[in-house]
Amino acid sequence: MSGPDRTLATLGRRRAEVVETAKSGAYHLITVLDRGGPEPQPGQFYMLAVADLPGTGAGFGPAAGLGRDSQWTGRPYLPRAFSVAEAVVGEDGVRLSFVFAPVGPGTERLARLGVGGPALGLHGPLGVGFSSPRRLNPDAAGAILVAGGIGIAPIAIWRKRLAATNTAVRTLLGFRDAAHCGGLELFGKCANLVLVSEDGHLGRRGFVTEPLEEMLAGDGAAGAAVYACGPPAMLEAVRVICAERAVGVELALETPMGCGFGACFGCAVPLADGGYLRLCVDGPVVRGDRIETALVAGSGHRSRR
Amino acid sequence: MSEPNPDLRAMLCGIRLDDPILNASGTFDAIAAKRVFGRRLIDRFPFSAFVSKTITVAPRHGNPPPRLWEASGGLVNSIGLPNKGLDGFLAEDLPQLAALPVPLIVSVMGSSPEEFAELVEGVAPREEVAAIELNVSCPNVHSGLIVGEQPVEAEALLVGLRELTAKPLIVKLTPNLADPAAVGAAAVAGGADALSLINTVKATPIDPETLRPWLGNQSGGLSGPAVMPIALAQVRAVAAAVPSTPIIGMGGIESGLDALMFLAAGADLVAVGTACFRDPLAAERIRQELTKAMRERSIFSISEIPGRTGWALASTEIEGQLEG
Repeated sequence: MSGPDRTLATLGRRRAEVVETAKSGAYHLITVLDRGGPEPQPGQFYMLAVADLPGTGAGFGPAAGLGRDSQWTGRPYLPRAFSVAEAVVGEDGVRLSFVFAPVGPGTERLARLGVGGPALGLHGPLGVGFSSPRRLNPDAAGAILVAGGIGIAPIAIWRKRLAATNTAVRTLLGFRDAAHCGGLELFGKCANLVLVSEDGHLGRRGFVTEPLEEMLAGDGAAGAAVYACGPPAMLEAVRVICAERAVGVELALETPMGCGFGACFGCAVPLADGGYLRLCVDGPVVRGDRIETALVAGSGHRSRR
Repeated sequence: MSEPNPDLRAMLCGIRLDDPILNASGTFDAIAAKRVFGRRLIDRFPFSAFVSKTITVAPRHGNPPPRLWEASGGLVNSIGLPNKGLDGFLAEDLPQLAALPVPLIVSVMGSSPEEFAELVEGVAPREEVAAIELNVSCPNVHSGLIVGEQPVEAEALLVGLRELTAKPLIVKLTPNLADPAAVGAAAVAGGADALSLINTVKATPIDPETLRPWLGNQSGGLSGPAVMPIALAQVRAVAAAVPSTPIIGMGGIESGLDALMFLAAGADLVAVGTACFRDPLAAERIRQELTKAMRERSIFSISEIPGRTGWALASTEIEGQLEG
């Protein structure tokens, strides 16, 4: 199933130096210089080797110096999956930006990284990215992008790509409250941007699915192609809204992932016709009509402390 | 004059391998990895032999999510053996696995001796298949007993399968019993050519929010560095029980030194599993580190590693140790 939406990954883990870190509202942005990898497709992701960062010892086993960091509890052990939010190709490599919130032992380590400090281990780009509006809907007149919370990451890079190809894009960004909001810089001076927040601190008050329903009612669903990323409940609402109106939709999902390249079979998402897909190799971008639900048990951001 | 690099070549039941580092079954899907990495995976294949994910007679979807739980220094999984079934494997997967540049070992699991026989009879005649690994961590539907936990069941199963093929039969031992060496010895008595261990250690993570089991299947198996000392103890015990049977040792190997420890505990070969999830080329790094660790110890071939000789199990390893 390899196609234009999948850029093949460089084999094995490599180091990427940190070239910029920033806070943006409640979120953190980190940009690394990937000298060894290709340009990713919007929607693809990377596994970030947070366990190898300082404070975790030099690995595992008797020779690894466990216990160097009194805060270390044996986690993180696995790498963490992050959608790329921006990719800028330069002469010295690809600058990859990721958005995260420090909610657990992996993201807390990411938050401690800085320019001039240790490089970040990563592998990727992984998974399949978004497909063009015309592939999603042959009659597409443009694209509607819907992001919830930290789901802005793949939506930001996809919006930029679509805008560069002169596709008409309308972007809806929804946030819960000020403590779960940020990353707006990634959208720059974006035209046709609708901001929504559940507490009303930003833009209109409500759910991001409300303006989506209005848009689909307004211009008729026939010319729409919808792309969404966000928390499971939001994605499920978007999936149902689009299914009811027979609108083509691609969802960038998230589940717990062990490896990112199809090895561990951990990231199972139930298919509409039975069985499961592996989100890391068959996703993370999936068509709404392929899956039974976006409410996958165990997915979503949860703290384990 | 600089000393030569250690010779890592190894042998498994007559199969020549470039080095002793395999993958653990179910921890590397070469077909999916080829989709992700392309041709470069074949050009730089990290293992000296490839062990397939376990196949069953009928197709299986696997367990409901969540399937993973990150533990301290490890991972609990309850994947549930998703696979295309024997026919799907032979038609779709085997031709792709045959294109790998290393010998192929196919892992199979049946829920009865008849199912095991059907799997072995289906897989063994294919020339692409170098050996068969028997995953015996499943109950026998007739007796209700887990084959891999019962020496009598294990021996009877092997006696039956031995008649079906001359290809090497490797029995994958479960660590979830008091005396894995007894099952290993029984399997060898029944005709097994080699043993591999350990499988995952039974584990049940609790969701801190609901205070109920986290995994969709309630319980799963722990792997990763957290289990390595358990695995080393079991490899020593099994190696002592079946001194002339090849052993593939695994359980939390992350470094070349870890691999050397398994070889010193009595394994002839080692397998890398959960470490592959962290880095698809972990086995390549482990091979480089093993070479270095051997050179530093003036060990110049796998057969020079003390391994099976030069030690005997202490009474505490046989009788169990006083706690505390």
